[in-house]
Amino acid sequence: MSALDFSTTLANAWFPSPVFTASGCASSGRELAQFFDLHSIGGVVTKSVMTKARYGRPTPRMAETPSGMLNSIGLQGPGIDAFIAKDIPYLIEQKARIIVSIAGETVEEYSTLARKLRGVSGISAIEVNISCPNVENRGLVFACDPDASRRVIDGVRRTIGGELPIIAKLSPDVTDLVAIARSVVDAGADAVALINTVLGMVINLDTMRPHLGGKTGGLSGPAIRPIAVRAIYQVHAALPNVPILGMGGVASGRDALEMIAAGASGVSVGTASFGNPNAIPTIQGELRDLLIAKGFTSLRDAIGFAHRTEPSDVE
Amino acid sequence: MAEINKNAQQLKAILVSNKRVGQYHQLIVNIGDVANLCKPGNFVAINVGGDTSRMVLRRAFAISRVSTNSISGGTMELIVAPHGQGSSWLCSQNEGSVLDVVVPLGTAFGIPTEPVQVLLVGGGYGSAPLFGLAEVLNARGCRVDMLLGASTASKIYAPMEGKRAVNSLRIYTEDGTMGQTGRVTDPIKALVDDLNIAVIYSCGPMAMLSAIDSITRGTEVVHQCAVEESMACGIGICMTCVLPTMDSDGNIAMLRSCIDGPVMDGENVMWDKVGKSL
Repeated sequence: MSALDFSTTLANAWFPSPVFTASGCASSGRELAQFFDLHSIGGVVTKSVMTKARYGRPTPRMAETPSGMLNSIGLQGPGIDAFIAKDIPYLIEQKARIIVSIAGETVEEYSTLARKLRGVSGISAIEVNISCPNVENRGLVFACDPDASRRVIDGVRRTIGGELPIIAKLSPDVTDLVAIARSVVDAGADAVALINTVLGMVINLDTMRPHLGGKTGGLSGPAIRPIAVRAIYQVHAALPNVPILGMGGVASGRDALEMIAAGASGVSVGTASFGNPNAIPTIQGELRDLLIAKGFTSLRDAIGFAHRTEPSDVE
Repeated sequence: MAEINKNAQQLKAILVSNKRVGQYHQLIVNIGDVANLCKPGNFVAINVGGDTSRMVLRRAFAISRVSTNSISGGTMELIVAPHGQGSSWLCSQNEGSVLDVVVPLGTAFGIPTEPVQVLLVGGGYGSAPLFGLAEVLNARGCRVDMLLGASTASKIYAPMEGKRAVNSLRIYTEDGTMGQTGRVTDPIKALVDDLNIAVIYSCGPMAMLSAIDSITRGTEVVHQCAVEESMACGIGICMTCVLPTMDSDGNIAMLRSCIDGPVMDGENVMWDKVGKSL
């Protein structure tokens, strides 16, 4: 058996594997625990939580599209207090490594959420979701504006900066992604998560109206993978020292390696788990085998490999 | 230990039989000992289209019946109408094909502890799981009466062998091409009174379930319904198949029809809020 160091880091958080759940695609882990051991993967990125319980958008919330799907959930969730009381202890009991994703309607709400999480032990990092497309007002998508993004991250950093790594989750639906990434890093983000879903729409031809209850939805799945690879590549090229958690349509070990080669230090698997509850351990195994087959002795040597001028330089 | 999906397993399962029955296909799938874990009301999520498919989501189908003692081991029966790309692909699979299934999923119909009178109401192909349920209720000593309805005769699913477990079966079609002309919900009120029905079990379109609820709400009659909402995952992680509910303490929630359903207490569903913002 070849020796491979499969571990990775996102800022100062260490993980034994670079494969994670994707926020919003694993709830808080309980549902997937029947299919695999939550401790056996890199970590669980929980569904974005807000301060208060939220019902989310009306149904229909889903439309399958070619090699993907649209969702329009609208951040349904239990609220931060119930999440801390019930979900965190469960994940700790499973020995899962936890990245908590937070979402807010205002800059202050993000700070409030960070403050609530400050005293909670057992969390590896915080993902700050400033890019959920399923909100009532597109103006709330902070990640579309460098200044709004900066203010959110600045507020979170003032609360928990230095204690827990801050990962800013960004949207690809912007003209200049690198400018947004720079502004969140300047404000104190330790890493970025790329990409959130891409805003889309399906018209139902029976009703001749938008199919989703929320009209628009977030497109995910293999259909968006090339967008994600491009986004990771661009940001890694501009900010090579900023760790990236990559996601967007990863469905196999080769897809995960593509993102790592583009510059991702870790990879989240989302929609693939809907089609296959064992997708995450399967992809993790495939990625490990692929790295070994390509002669890597450490995952870290593969991160950003596509940026090297002599790509044949593996040995 | 898993708290959710606790009997569910992902299996490579062989399709042992695929027969056309009118507008539907009857599929028999070998799931081995997992058949022992399947209860009436549970469903299965099946991968469609093969490895290179552009269809990335599983399709959910109610398990109509299981057999735990067939020659090839445990099997489940599915009644599938080939109306979309995924179901058409499934119905086109030959006997011997290997299917990727996750089973059993979801809640099951509650079986009364006493041999009470029950009424089963099915709409279209939604009636399929009621026949397996009828056998279980019959074995419990319940008197089982059944109503089946559809828009037209070709959409009625009523296998000969299924009728053995029921006391009476009445069929309703809206166009009068089979049975009596009208809606399956028309006779329910009179039957509930005449037969002293304790539980109604229903399976079919949401409008039918809602109409039954308007008859049973506020009465002593328990209404257990198997709901239909489109699902992406079937295992509780995508949050797309939610229904607005209110429990007896007045707590409102958007519950997932995959793990808190498909079988729900009809009185808990806020039928007038389905598809609307809470």
